[in-house]
Amino acid sequence: MSAVPEAAFRLRDVRQEKSGRVLLRGIDLVLPRGRITVLLGSSGAGKTSLLRLLNRLDDPAAGEISYLGRSLEEYPATELRRRVGFVFQTPVMFAGSVHDNLREAAEIAGLDDQEFPERAREALELAGLDPSLAHRPAQELSVGEQQRATMARTLIGGPEALLLDEPTSALDPESSEFLLESIRRLRAERGMTVILSTHRHYEAAAIADEAVRLSGGAVVESGEAADVLA
Amino acid sequence: MSWPNVADVARADMAGANGMLSAPFLQERLGPGTGLEPEILQSPILGLSWLDLVAASGLVLLAVGLSRWQRLGLTGSLIVGAIRSVVQLVLVGYVLVYIFAIDQWWLVVGALAGMLAVAAREAVRRQEERPLRLYGMTGLALLVGSGFTLFYVSLLVVRIEPWYNPRYLIPLFGMIVGNAMNAAALAHERLAAELRSRRGEVEAYLALGATAARASRGPTRSALRAALIPTVNSLMVVGVVALPGMMTGQILAGVSPMLAIRYQIVVMFMLASAVAVSAVIVVLWNRRLFFTPDEQLRLP
Repeated sequence: MSAVPEAAFRLRDVRQEKSGRVLLRGIDLVLPRGRITVLLGSSGAGKTSLLRLLNRLDDPAAGEISYLGRSLEEYPATELRRRVGFVFQTPVMFAGSVHDNLREAAEIAGLDDQEFPERAREALELAGLDPSLAHRPAQELSVGEQQRATMARTLIGGPEALLLDEPTSALDPESSEFLLESIRRLRAERGMTVILSTHRHYEAAAIADEAVRLSGGAVVESGEAADVLA
Repeated sequence: MSWPNVADVARADMAGANGMLSAPFLQERLGPGTGLEPEILQSPILGLSWLDLVAASGLVLLAVGLSRWQRLGLTGSLIVGAIRSVVQLVLVGYVLVYIFAIDQWWLVVGALAGMLAVAAREAVRRQEERPLRLYGMTGLALLVGSGFTLFYVSLLVVRIEPWYNPRYLIPLFGMIVGNAMNAAALAHERLAAELRSRRGEVEAYLALGATAARASRGPTRSALRAALIPTVNSLMVVGVVALPGMMTGQILAGVSPMLAIRYQIVVMFMLASAVAVSAVIVVLWNRRLFFTPDEQLRLP
């Protein structure tokens, strides 16, 4: 790799607290663009709190976060979130079919009707969801299928970066491997920036370019995955 | 203007009660050719003396006896409740008699404003979280919802003269604002509960880049439905399951059932409007309280 990779996110002394409880204490990090960074830590380490800051579902109590060189607060929140997608730990489907879910997301992203069928097909393919499921009620799918459907819903708007909060925690090993493969493809084929949290060391080792080890709301170690996970 | 003595006013009002609803007065309001004229006042009103009320209190004593027998622990509450209802209603009675007698627009408007303020306070008091802004926003929502409905009914439907006639405005506004208050309280409470229980869905929308309005569309709809359903149900069952209090009151007061039902129909329609307008305004305005300007969900 040539020189220092460009930063997607840069965090400076970021602190977070909720109802008096300290969640993040002074995080300094650079999350490179176009790479897969894994946030590794047990539950309560601050992984979710950190991810929620990156597309501004929450704001930090103190500190600075920038995306592509601009402070997060300079972006309109809705624009930032269209560019930085977020897949939650537990999939939440909207009412209706998978197709309806995709259409909602496409509308929010401002896609027009002509683009929709092609983009939907592409998103389903990227997320690895069998297109024959697209017209089934989303709530009736298995958790693994729902997780892929939420991936597709997030991808249809064409985000540049993807935040995934323990995306495999509810999945069986086969579905997990499938999802990780989709993520690798997104990075390889689209140069997508991916920030993924997990508490599983082997999962981090399987996918990470970069790794950040979190504990008690602080960064313990960060850098090339090979070094951090060794 | 000389301020009337309360006791004189009360006596005069009792004596005049029949006169106010006299057949010619009602005939004039109903217009000719309705076929209803002979039966507007079907029977003379049976007066109730204070002594009659003492007899009525025997019914409360019956409830007290049952409560003691079954050891419900409600004896004290029943007695206090009965006494409070007597004291409160007597006070309201005097206040109304006074307002009717003085018959000045500013006093009527003042009374309506007071009712509105109490209703807004009550609607907010039922909420778990009540930031100061909520009082103003709820008050304004009730003002628009109830004010519009009262204006429509009093000017276009009943055509009250003079426009501030307290005998019409105060009872009508009482019904309007009371229902609007319940709807506003229910709508806000339900919105808060829905946003809490559907937090994952709302944040999934926000995470896609949706605005707060779009993200809370489902909870908003549920809150409005919850607020409107009691009114819709009452439209469905009115007269079948229960006779409404106002209509019952008019009939007991000797008014022809055919006139009483016309008033009741107006009342039902007016409540539908007051409830719908107030609930919609409360939900659409108060929704912003649950989100930051940067479209973040802010639940206490």
